[in-house]
Amino acid sequence: MSVEVKERQDVRKIVRNLVQKKGHEKAELIPILHEINKTLGYISDDAIQELSKGMNIPTSHIYSVATFYRMLSTEPRGRHVIQFCESAPCHVVGGRLVWQKLTQELGLSKGETSDDNKWTLLTTSCLGVCGVGPVMVIDNDIYGNVTPDQVPEILSNYE
Amino acid sequence: MAYFRSHVLVSVDPECVKKGAYDLMDTLQDELVKQGLVDEIQVLETSRIGDPTTDGPDLMVYPEAVHYTNLSVDDIPFLVEEHFLKGRVAQQYAQEIKALSDEELNAPKTKEVRVVLKNIGVIDPLNIEEYIARDGYLGLGKVLTEMAPEEVIQLVLDSGLRGRGGAGFPTGLKWKFIRGYEGDQKFMICNADEGDPGAFANRRVLEGDPHAVVEGMIIGAYAAGATHGYIYCRAEYPIAVRTMRTAIEQARNFGLLGENILGTDFSFDLEVRMGAGAFVCGEETALMASIEGQRGEPRPRPPFPAQKGLWAQPTNINNVETYANVPQIILKGAEWFASMGYEKSKGTKTFSMTGDVKNTGLIEVPFGITLREIIYDVGGGIKDDKKFKAVQTGGPMGGCLPESYLDLPMDYEALAKAGSILGSGGLVVMDEDTCMVDIARFFMEFTQDESCGKCTPCRVGTRRILEILTRICEGKGKPEDIDTLRNLCDQISENSLCGLGKGAPNPVKSTLKHFLNEYEAHIYEKRCPAKVCKSLIRFEIMDGVCTGCTLCARNCPVNAISGERGQTHVIDPDICIKCGICKQLCPYDAIEIK
Repeated sequence: MSVEVKERQDVRKIVRNLVQKKGHEKAELIPILHEINKTLGYISDDAIQELSKGMNIPTSHIYSVATFYRMLSTEPRGRHVIQFCESAPCHVVGGRLVWQKLTQELGLSKGETSDDNKWTLLTTSCLGVCGVGPVMVIDNDIYGNVTPDQVPEILSNYE
Repeated sequence: MAYFRSHVLVSVDPECVKKGAYDLMDTLQDELVKQGLVDEIQVLETSRIGDPTTDGPDLMVYPEAVHYTNLSVDDIPFLVEEHFLKGRVAQQYAQEIKALSDEELNAPKTKEVRVVLKNIGVIDPLNIEEYIARDGYLGLGKVLTEMAPEEVIQLVLDSGLRGRGGAGFPTGLKWKFIRGYEGDQKFMICNADEGDPGAFANRRVLEGDPHAVVEGMIIGAYAAGATHGYIYCRAEYPIAVRTMRTAIEQARNFGLLGENILGTDFSFDLEVRMGAGAFVCGEETALMASIEGQRGEPRPRPPFPAQKGLWAQPTNINNVETYANVPQIILKGAEWFASMGYEKSKGTKTFSMTGDVKNTGLIEVPFGITLREIIYDVGGGIKDDKKFKAVQTGGPMGGCLPESYLDLPMDYEALAKAGSILGSGGLVVMDEDTCMVDIARFFMEFTQDESCGKCTPCRVGTRRILEILTRICEGKGKPEDIDTLRNLCDQISENSLCGLGKGAPNPVKSTLKHFLNEYEAHIYEKRCPAKVCKSLIRFEIMDGVCTGCTLCARNCPVNAISGERGQTHVIDPDICIKCGICKQLCPYDAIEIK
């Protein structure tokens, strides 16, 4: 999910292309926001402005939607996004200890991004792979049956 | 439409073709004609079945699922005679199907009945022909060519099928309502926003048998008079989204979706919409708002979706599992379905069993089975043979039930009466080492986080409950907290708009009811009976058991342990952060929690 900082021009172009591809029906707003989030790593002010023009939807509405959904971010994120499952099935099989270790290793609390922009630590709702809890996802990689001991090793896989 | 009693799937993998798969198919077809079986047995092409290099050419016979390998043209007459005329498996060519390595779905246990899960792990979900070979789309064919919409509704009503999303509303009645309302366009929605922590049955159906959902939706659309449909799937399930999109594409190519389905004048199309990580979107009105491109906030009902739903048009919303039941009800009849189950809950239900139970994973059992049968017979009992403490049913808005409720039959009404819900079929089993106050706090953290914020009692009330529970877990509970909690629970349930707010207090209510002693121990004695709450426990090294090996002292992250080699060590409680590393490491089990 490594994303370079895009110039304002590029952002506009990306947004315009998306609107052209998906159409400017209001129902397409969330799919388009998903795409922007994936491409830019987050939904920037520039992107919201451009989207507002392209879809003829007030920026306030776009902002309210973008901030409502957990998977859409209006803040820049680190190069690697860790999503830790905070749901009960993972909790009761030792998730809490893994989370402790994770926050300790990274020196981050929930929702924070490290100063060097390497990590963003998030929690996620259930990923539906409860059979192998505790579960965490780094970028697109799923780790199951995670123990506290494995945390440093898993983190060391990422540059 | 022709009905075949068996389907033969011949692998036409390139490797098998090289070894003569097409000659094999031709011979098979000729032989079936010769034996007069051509109207009973259908031969289809499929992608690879076994390993083409060692097994090919091979074929699979359904519904028996017998895999014949390394066949030659000369083997066919004997095979046809044995298998299709005499009904015996031709053992010399049959190969045992390799057990699937699947951590979530074990081979069915004795008390299980697989209806919704019958194809999971059996067919290739990305190949529509394999679904068709297992009687797929036969129900649709029957509905479109032989039945009026009203007859379909009546059949589903007679079967007793109720909404599997949790509310348990009769599906046929829902369809009847939407059929009765006028609108420019009617919509069919599949709620695939399976957000309950610990529930993953819908994900497995979407990923493993996507066409069952598609077929169920088309049948429903025909009954309801809908022309367009949406599958609203949560973004946390990327594979399910991809599989459903592929299935829809394939169905369209087969003339099963789009204009004039199966050559009739019925038209219906379907698309997948992805959520964006908001639990409340599983609530039907919030879900529709989300499809419309808005914040997923619930709105008051009435009007119900059947009257004014998506874009203010009549809309029908059912859960994944509900739709997946429909094709089989059509094919096998209402009596067959109603013969399974208990009182007002008919058919089977999938449960996602997690937590401290030996066999975690997905199960499907008839309604009416008891919790004890599920946990001990199907689940194999509690892990490490510890003692059972509680089971939490129905996701974060469900209740925790103690041992005395183990003989409760699984049924919408019985669970509601016990102060829990069936919900989406999540079952979290907890052993004696679980602190019930901590669990209640944990669920409250979840609902607090997921409350959309629209209704004040839910938004603020869950926060207040969470604060009180956190305080109790930290040993700062006050005697009046219990009454305050009870009061808050009632207020939130009564004054919230949607199921999230109404159900949010259930974990607290049920633990207050069944595990009051644990709350009292935390509040009055400042003690956590399960030894979970950190503020209320301390680690001590037992004199006489400790050998003074120094392992704990060397590994303590805060240097709280001191002592001479060979002498009993001591933990300084003021420095100890209760991380538990010493207890994990001690080779002599000399460290106890008090």
